[in-house]
Amino acid sequence: MSDTVISVEHLSKTYQLGVIGTGTFFGDLNRWWAKKLGRPDPYAKIGEADHGNRIGESIWALDDVSFQLKRGEALGIIGRNGAGKSTLLKIMSRVTAPTSGEVKVKGRIASLLEVGTGFHPELTGRENIFLNGAILGMNRAEVARKFDEIVDFSGVEKFIDTPVKRYSSGMYVRLAFAVAAHLEPEILVVDEVLAVGDAEFQRKCLGKMSDVAHAGRTVLFVSHNMPAILRLCSNAIMLDRGRLVKQGSAEQVTNYYLNSNENAEGAVAWAGENAPGTNEVKLMGVRLMDSEGKSKSLVEINAPSFLEIEYDVRQPGLKFRVAAGFNTQGVVAFTTNELYETQHDRPGRYISRVEIPANLLAEGEYSVSVSLFASKGLKIRYVRAKNVLVFQAVDYIAGDSARGDFTQNLAGVLRPALAWEKIFAGELQL
Amino acid sequence: MTTEMKLTEENWSLVIRPQRAWWDLRLGELWRYRDLVWLFVWRDFVAYYKQTILGPLWYLIQPILTTGVFTIIFGNIAQLSTDGLPPFLFYLAGNTVWTYFSASLTSTSSTFTSNAGLFGKVYFPRLVIPLSIVFSQIISFGLRFLVFLGFLIYFMASGSDVYPNWWILLMPIHIVIMAGLGLGMGIIVSSLTTKYRDLQQLVGFGAQLLMYATPVIYPLSSITGGWRWLILANPMTPVVETFRLAFLGTSAMSPAYLLYSLAFTFLVLLIGVLIFNRVENNFMDTV
Repeated sequence: MSDTVISVEHLSKTYQLGVIGTGTFFGDLNRWWAKKLGRPDPYAKIGEADHGNRIGESIWALDDVSFQLKRGEALGIIGRNGAGKSTLLKIMSRVTAPTSGEVKVKGRIASLLEVGTGFHPELTGRENIFLNGAILGMNRAEVARKFDEIVDFSGVEKFIDTPVKRYSSGMYVRLAFAVAAHLEPEILVVDEVLAVGDAEFQRKCLGKMSDVAHAGRTVLFVSHNMPAILRLCSNAIMLDRGRLVKQGSAEQVTNYYLNSNENAEGAVAWAGENAPGTNEVKLMGVRLMDSEGKSKSLVEINAPSFLEIEYDVRQPGLKFRVAAGFNTQGVVAFTTNELYETQHDRPGRYISRVEIPANLLAEGEYSVSVSLFASKGLKIRYVRAKNVLVFQAVDYIAGDSARGDFTQNLAGVLRPALAWEKIFAGELQL
Repeated sequence: MTTEMKLTEENWSLVIRPQRAWWDLRLGELWRYRDLVWLFVWRDFVAYYKQTILGPLWYLIQPILTTGVFTIIFGNIAQLSTDGLPPFLFYLAGNTVWTYFSASLTSTSSTFTSNAGLFGKVYFPRLVIPLSIVFSQIISFGLRFLVFLGFLIYFMASGSDVYPNWWILLMPIHIVIMAGLGLGMGIIVSSLTTKYRDLQQLVGFGAQLLMYATPVIYPLSSITGGWRWLILANPMTPVVETFRLAFLGTSAMSPAYLLYSLAFTFLVLLIGVLIFNRVENNFMDTV
């Protein structure tokens, strides 16, 4: 018997763009009647008449994707938004059917596309465990057998007979994940559920998933969290606009992904009235650059980088300061601001620049939020732009970063290179 | 090499393909998910009671009020015939039966649209939902039926001319026909609503119109004109008529007509399951 448990063969999926039907029977009838009388389509948007090709235009969400997965393998699936990752998982979990090609599977697939699916707010935790278990494909005896384990894992024992509508969102997610994590399927499909819950719970989830992977079961893991992919997956594939562009070991593929990101601009810019801000002040652009002034979305954690914030001041005499916040792993890692509010006497374009020193950021994805505000006297917020820029901080682990020669996972949202010293304090009195 | 290939070919437990053959209904899979059907039935039941104050009292109030209104309007004002039966009992019988069918029909007809969120995330045989709805409705039918029995006993005790008889044994067939018809028509509509949302409005309204084409507020015996064939063609007619025959003892219809209803139900159910099966594959892309 071959060890291949999943075989994806020439899988493709198209989606129709634009309006196919009007959505109502009456609407379609009306359109048909108008066409018959030679009148213009009553449902066409104004100015759309000459864009007839829009109707029936389609997009290939997946384009001839093939790969195989062996028993016990953990495969990471990476790619930017819209690369086709979710479509692939949707087909694998049978939520939607492919347009062509096929997927062959050996064993039970369980997907954690979104945890808590089918939870009913009026039912208690206990009742929801049984209901959710059945929705995910377990029978009653199976759930009953694992019940204590599930409750234990979720950590909500005390509230197990309380309707889940009274749960905090954290408790809710923990319970939901606990049910899903105890499915014991042969194949587990996971899509970034780890974006929820506190850090401790996330660690627990990752632990559970690696248990699953190590217990000889097969895991398909979609994530933007490269360190998690590296830790959990042996192999990975990368999708780009529906096509499989890279396949190989997790290190190779994540490296390829991060490097292909490097070519992307580590900058955003706005034009005209679309720019965030008020009539007085507009944010025109945000850039991340290396010390040579080259903008990039991938920074090395042991080299300095620079954040430039460009904005237009349209009225003389405004007084404000610029601030930036750096978010990672679901928390604000730090914020920084200009030390003083400055008076902008001349209208025009300004650039505020800040150096992010070497050995400050931890590895992973950061997003930058920008705000321009006055807090002395009258409080005014001119610009508040959340998560305008996303970049990756990487450590090539060459031994010259804060890691030293430690190569495994290092927790934390910052990673300063701190000086350690060790002294010999005396002989032991034995 | 070739033998190994052949071996693995046969070992796949699941093959996901663009379209399944139209006759591949995968009823075996539905059977494996029977626990889920019961859990949905139970969920609807529990959730319903947790949210209402009056709880089961609604099952008492609703039929009594409707029947009371029918009695006043159709019995007293319009003075329609009730085959010599006490009007209140006559309407209550029709109403009890009709409500089960129309509730099954209207609530299964929104299967796809109201469960899009759930269907978009997990796979289970989609038929589980309409099936569980029909079973949930049996519970409320049971409660309404108890109300009907209560009144029946009361009327018998007070000497009315009602004669329950052995045709009562037909009741399982009544339930099968009503459940099957409601389910079959409901899933046909729900499959069509994935493309045309407005059909859903049509259902509630259509079910009401259909009631007037069924001998709920009048006995079949009072229909003699050119419309009689329409009433006879309605598969719900024999159900309502023979239900009255069984519990009240009077009807112009032979129970043999139930065979026609059964055949009709089977056909509708078959067409419904086939269409439903066709739509469930890809409906997530259009809803």
